[in-house]
Amino acid sequence: MSRVHDMGGRFGDGPVQPAAEDAPVFSQDWQGRALAVTLAAGALGQWNIDTSRHARERLSPEDYTRFSYYEKWMAGLAMLLVETGVLTPEDLATEDLATGDAAAHDGAGTGAGDPAPHPLAARALKASDVAATLAKGGPAARDSGVPVAFAPGDVVRCQRPAGNRFVDGGHTRLPAYAVGATGRILRVHGTYVLPDSAAHGLGEAPEPLYAVAFAASELWAAPEHPGDEVVLDLWQGYLEPVRIDAG
Amino acid sequence: MPHDHLDHPHSLLPPVPALRVKALETILTNKGLIDPAALDEIIDTYQNRVGPANGARVVARAWSDPAFKAQLLADAGPLLDDLGFSGRQGEHVVVVENTPELHNMVVCTLCSCYPWPLLGLPPAWYKSDAYRARAVREPRKVLADFGVSLPQDTAVRVWDSTAELRYLVLPMRPEGTEGLSEDQLAALVSRDSMIGTAVLSPPAEVAP
Repeated sequence: MSRVHDMGGRFGDGPVQPAAEDAPVFSQDWQGRALAVTLAAGALGQWNIDTSRHARERLSPEDYTRFSYYEKWMAGLAMLLVETGVLTPEDLATEDLATGDAAAHDGAGTGAGDPAPHPLAARALKASDVAATLAKGGPAARDSGVPVAFAPGDVVRCQRPAGNRFVDGGHTRLPAYAVGATGRILRVHGTYVLPDSAAHGLGEAPEPLYAVAFAASELWAAPEHPGDEVVLDLWQGYLEPVRIDAG
Repeated sequence: MPHDHLDHPHSLLPPVPALRVKALETILTNKGLIDPAALDEIIDTYQNRVGPANGARVVARAWSDPAFKAQLLADAGPLLDDLGFSGRQGEHVVVVENTPELHNMVVCTLCSCYPWPLLGLPPAWYKSDAYRARAVREPRKVLADFGVSLPQDTAVRVWDSTAELRYLVLPMRPEGTEGLSEDQLAALVSRDSMIGTAVLSPPAEVAP
């Protein structure tokens, strides 16, 4: 069983609402702040892309569904800050912050009574480093000792049941809609960090990653068109070979 | 470990989103963990500097230069590095080409993965539950929501970007654009055409 974020193929969501190409990037100013706080806090180096995705995925289905995109980011960030010990629940609950009035806190607010600098303060992202940090990003390709098992054209089947094999309910990238489905290797991407491991502090465990093509008829009861396909990026451990009987 | 049973830390913050963000920013700033000037710089980057114009330049170059296009489709990384269009959320990019036989379309059902250095931040619809849920199962009905109808003999290939690869669609070059410069071509390329939810029309001034 997966989590609320795993919604590919779900029925009932209604029409997509296209937007003008020149619509504002942030429809409200706080959304830009939420993005920036999240990226800047990430630069402290206390979590990776997989832990942060898993934090958002662990929101309760009720919260995940009612929160807008950047509200999910805020909730995930609060979770990460507390779980990694960067902040304490008491830090977050500071009562005079309930107004969100930053002006009331210049130097005398949460920092008061805690004169020692935060041990991570030296890592704070500086404005002059933003461009370089964004340009560097976080590449996920890694050398790996795991041999590449499949080549383009090979037929494979997705593992069943789906789910993280290290941690029950843990982070994984095999969507529920592809569980047990048979497809063919379209592209060998190389070897990449395995999110199922990296999300849980179990190491990067890099292994081969493939683009795997599935006929729409393999995934959906009423496919729209016989030629349509869905391609997923899947790690080698999610896949098993399917022997094609020549005879 | 999935700490499902911890109290939800976000519930300690103010309920109104704008105040919640401000509270987090204030707490982190007071502890010296973030610098508001760096936040301004990040916002300015994605609001004003990085957007679909980058992807459009890549598309226009591919339409104009067959060798560039061949390299772009084979291994986009080095070309995008040279153009300065790599980095966060675009560390590993795959470019997929639309043809009369095959229409490509990109979604991220699990999250909202998107090639930031090429297209900027994703539009609201790309992050919506409706797009994430429906694009893989009924791409043609989703395309209809965008006013797009494909010929019956065009297959649809939906790329669900479940890993750290980011996908950019190379749309088909519209008819009647043979004499245009790269800059003129880039101006024709819409964001949605590079996600695969739009098909480009001939420019009005050269349309028959």
